[in-house]
Amino acid sequence: MTEPIDAGVPSLYSRLEPLLAQVTRPIQYVGGEQNSILKPWAAAEARWCLMYPDAYEVGQPNQGLAVLYEVLNQRDWILAERSFAVWPDLARLMRRHGLPQFTLEGHRPVRAFDFIGVSLSTELGYTNLLEALDLAGLPLRAADRSVDDPVVVVGGHVASNPEPMADFIDAAVLGDGEQAVLDLSAWLRQWKAAGRPGGRDGLLERFAASGQVYVPRFYSVSYAPAGPIVAVAPNRPGVPERVRKYVLDDLDDWPHPVRPLVPLAETVHERYSVEIFRGCTRGCRFCQAGMITRPVRERSLDRIGLLVERGLAATGLDEVGLLSLSSADHSEIAALTQELADRYEGSQVSLSLPSTRVDAFNLELAEQLSRNGRRTGLTFAPEGGSERMRRVINKNVSADDLIATVSAAFQAGWRQVKLYFMCGLPTETDDDVLAIADLASRVIEVGRRVSGRRDIGCTLSVGAFVPKPQTPFQWAAQADPQIVDHRLRLLRDAIRSDRRHGRAISLRYHDGRPGLIEGLLARGDRRVGQVVEAVWRDGGVFDGWSEHFSFERWADQAERVLARWGIDLDWFTTRPRDQGEVLPWDHLDVGLDQDWLWQDWQDALDSQVVGDCRWAGCSDCGVCPELATQIEIGPTGRHLIPLTVGSKPPAAVRSDG
Amino acid sequence: MARAQPPQQPPPVQRLLLRYAKRGRLRFASHRDFARAFERALRRAGLPMAYSSGFTPHPRISYANPAATGAESEAEYLELGLAQVTDPAVVRTELDQALPDGFDVLRVVERVAGPLAERLQASLWSVDLSAWPSPARLSAVERFEAAEQVWVSRLTKHGQRDFDARSAMVSWSWREADWQVVLRHQVPLVRPDDLVSALVQIEPSGQTPLPPRLLRLAQGPLLGRTVGDPLAPEDPPCESMTAAGAEYGIMRARSETQPAPLLG
Ligand code: SF4
Repeated sequence: MTEPIDAGVPSLYSRLEPLLAQVTRPIQYVGGEQNSILKPWAAAEARWCLMYPDAYEVGQPNQGLAVLYEVLNQRDWILAERSFAVWPDLARLMRRHGLPQFTLEGHRPVRAFDFIGVSLSTELGYTNLLEALDLAGLPLRAADRSVDDPVVVVGGHVASNPEPMADFIDAAVLGDGEQAVLDLSAWLRQWKAAGRPGGRDGLLERFAASGQVYVPRFYSVSYAPAGPIVAVAPNRPGVPERVRKYVLDDLDDWPHPVRPLVPLAETVHERYSVEIFRGCTRGCRFCQAGMITRPVRERSLDRIGLLVERGLAATGLDEVGLLSLSSADHSEIAALTQELADRYEGSQVSLSLPSTRVDAFNLELAEQLSRNGRRTGLTFAPEGGSERMRRVINKNVSADDLIATVSAAFQAGWRQVKLYFMCGLPTETDDDVLAIADLASRVIEVGRRVSGRRDIGCTLSVGAFVPKPQTPFQWAAQADPQIVDHRLRLLRDAIRSDRRHGRAISLRYHDGRPGLIEGLLARGDRRVGQVVEAVWRDGGVFDGWSEHFSFERWADQAERVLARWGIDLDWFTTRPRDQGEVLPWDHLDVGLDQDWLWQDWQDALDSQVVGDCRWAGCSDCGVCPELATQIEIGPTGRHLIPLTVGSKPPAAVRSDG
Repeated sequence: MARAQPPQQPPPVQRLLLRYAKRGRLRFASHRDFARAFERALRRAGLPMAYSSGFTPHPRISYANPAATGAESEAEYLELGLAQVTDPAVVRTELDQALPDGFDVLRVVERVAGPLAERLQASLWSVDLSAWPSPARLSAVERFEAAEQVWVSRLTKHGQRDFDARSAMVSWSWREADWQVVLRHQVPLVRPDDLVSALVQIEPSGQTPLPPRLLRLAQGPLLGRTVGDPLAPEDPPCESMTAAGAEYGIMRARSETQPAPLLG
């Protein structure tokens, strides 16, 4: 909101450059990547700094950020630049030389922008967000910011419970970001044009009045002496009791990056990503992403084909990711993969998609995707070891299905499968986890039999379950890390003692303790925010990186800070909640009916499954009526036009023509 | 179904040698960063790349002796195999356009006989010592030359290693505050930052808070005390560059359009 700086917002690059010679992987800070957009400062009426508070290599491939970059920069009156977390070596130099947090396009100081739009997909980024705001020179607490400071607005999955960040952010937006950022920009423009009525609060009140922007400062939270929340209530007029999520219809009509930025620095994904649908209604009870992004809305097959063609041509990438929460569930995925595989046959372009299905159909897709001869491993996610466990989490796949599927895969020439599981799920016993070892033995057994070979392998990847807000497991007690570690040891021993198959099975798992901190942050309230601040002040950053994460630091600070209210780490994590408890995020409405959610939790405890509303009929989760939306799926019956892939083939001409 | 044999790729029908520059902000790119950008640029330019055989075919590109991250260069070289005969001039313009600014393709020629790496025997480096007080830099360089050996230590991928920085220096000259040095490529490779460490060791008062800028001006066969052109059709020194005679300013100014001529 700092109009006076205007064209005078200078690039910090000349001051940054000498520091870059002294840090690791300096290329991540220089910007100027292909297809990045640098707009003149003065002409823009709303200026966004899109921030992903993790390292460039993780943040840059984030699809949400890329979509907002496209949506905002398409408007001629809006400007959007990017900023990522800087590693401690550069942060130290920046503090020493008085250089603030900067953007990559113009190397402009982040504090000069109207908005800092923070995309957050993991709670472990909270300390990095504080670090970035502090490096930016912004007052850490929202209440201390002036009319000239940017509005810090958070979106992404963690926005479904932003309470631990409540003191540090100005606003949070739930749900799909595209319309939200345009609305915020328009309200800002009006407010500026009207002479900034009401100052900073005036602008935030305008946001809050929409009912779709959460301004934490406009809500007061009261606590009972024993710890629980008594109420979260608006503390000024014009602020609604509950805040609703944004939900888009007609995905085809919304911009999708067709000229995405091509990083020079190495990143975690080097591919062109197309989001083929949004939302998932499989109803896996552990999955926050599935619960908060309902209903399912598909992009159409021909639109996806067009995006892939243009995206490859504009970037020179040779890998396409067909993204969604469970891409094999797109209503026309078979036609789509086959037609894309046909189109790029004989080129070096490879296709990939994440899939959670465990069935023969998945294999069919994998065959299409590996037609060029590239066979990356085959992955299935049963998530729970025993049949009962899988009913509890609503992952409806039987052991026989899994065995039939891997059997077909081994017959088709695959040698390796990877299976994903979770440990520490509600109602879990030692036997549920040991069942993972039995499954793995059966996989090896059947693999050896059908392939007639000995070099069959199975990798088990087991993660610790963390209960998340806005899911049926939001009331569940998180398993104690000691229990998780104990069960993983049992599992490891069971595999070791399996003399026939054990050597063919490899087990991967992590220390369960970071999961406890993730659990604290996921279901935390504003009091947990003070723990985050204390940890950051003690030097905690990059908590998502095992070499930086310190469990002891978190545990010590949590114990110290939370003692004030007579609560502790366990109170937030391993304690079950009952139906009457006010949860910190109850006033944030992602559309799910609270009674439905509670019933789904009861069903989980009874091992009752719920079908997918795309096939089994509406199960009344409440999202569609509450948000006046509906499922949007095909089939459209359309096809990709055969194509000689334009005059500039993304996959260069091959010689054997 | 047995696992299919990987597709076999025919050998390239044309081999090209490229000279390119790494300038400005992109001096902070590592060699891997350049390689990724270059392969993407080949695809975006739609050039007929030749691929290696195997399940994950790679474009046929050989890189030689890339400059270290943080150093600028006007003289990087690589060899590229194509699947169709293509005019080198077209390759130069198309690739230059497809690459980000700062990675600039200066010259493309048909491969001359012999592996590229064998022709890259020495480099001419420019080390900007303007932050040093003039007497300090003059005396440091003189004492460095007079020494028989100057051992410095640097952290490499394989741990801390010691190098005799002096042994690689063939000749040097001053271009105002730029110290221009011909360094022989030897194993282990002595880099220009090793020379800077050596100077600081000799003359601690020269230590500046920020490391000096490093720029490779030329790379090629070692012809006596000078560096020749590795793209020259024949080995004799038709064009060569002496350390003393390098026209650094002209080279920089021309570089966006034409390959910098190697002045004799
Ligand atoms: S309201 Fe019904 S149709 Fe809509 S997402 Fe929920 S269960 Fe599916």
